[in-house]
Amino acid sequence: MEHVILFLVFAAIAVICAVNLVLQTHPISSALSLVGVMGALALIYLQLGGEFIASAQLIVYAGAIMVLFIFVIMLLNAGTEHKMPRTLWVKYGGLPLLALFIGVAAWVIQRMFPPAPSGLFGNMTHGTPQDIGRLLFQTYLLPFEVTSILILIAILGAVVLARKEIQ
Amino acid sequence: MPPLPESVPFTWYLILSAVLFSLGVAGFLFRRNVITVFMSIELMLNAVNLSFVAFSYKFKQPDGHIFSFFVMVVAAAEAAVGLAIILTVFKNRRTLEIDEVSSLKN
Repeated sequence: MEHVILFLVFAAIAVICAVNLVLQTHPISSALSLVGVMGALALIYLQLGGEFIASAQLIVYAGAIMVLFIFVIMLLNAGTEHKMPRTLWVKYGGLPLLALFIGVAAWVIQRMFPPAPSGLFGNMTHGTPQDIGRLLFQTYLLPFEVTSILILIAILGAVVLARKEIQ
Repeated sequence: MPPLPESVPFTWYLILSAVLFSLGVAGFLFRRNVITVFMSIELMLNAVNLSFVAFSYKFKQPDGHIFSFFVMVVAAAEAAVGLAIILTVFKNRRTLEIDEVSSLKN
């Protein structure tokens, strides 16, 4: 029972923050809402037994990536976006279509998976840093090394793109 | 109102993931500030990560955690490069509105 209530609380926080992200016109408000979504998702990961992935979510996503975003927002002094005229059917058809899409997706998911009970704290114990590390450095060693090259290329690309032009 | 189940049904995680992904798509399509568009992409990646972790729970295998870890790594690289591109666009165009950066259109 309390597992369900905790899940509903975290899910409500995540959805409200996501709606706020879409509705806010100032990028800083959107960034803070995104941090809220990521925090709530980290707690849901913890419920699903992902101890390592929950802490990585908080440190890498809510920490590092969002700081990068906020740096850029501050650096560019991004303000509120201008209102643009929208066509009529986007204005009045967009939200109902989105709700319809979510409803169809939920219906398909309910049809595909029979309602099996799951989602208890401590029901899965394979998500500790020990298990993740063993899997990462044995089974998935090659993808892990390839991502290190990817990050190196990304660093070089970011430096090349953001450098000052020298005349 | 029906009574709450004893434990969270597995489908609820997938539905939450679908809702977050749809909201990310909505933000991607509706917003005009390029930074907010970029944040919507991060929201979509987060929704997919939730599905990975939920399936990992269902099958009692930690492989899904590895996949979402790789998604995080790629998202970090993507954020670094994307924000550098945004900086360059702003330096050249003095604007963050995506509708005004349309020289590749037509």
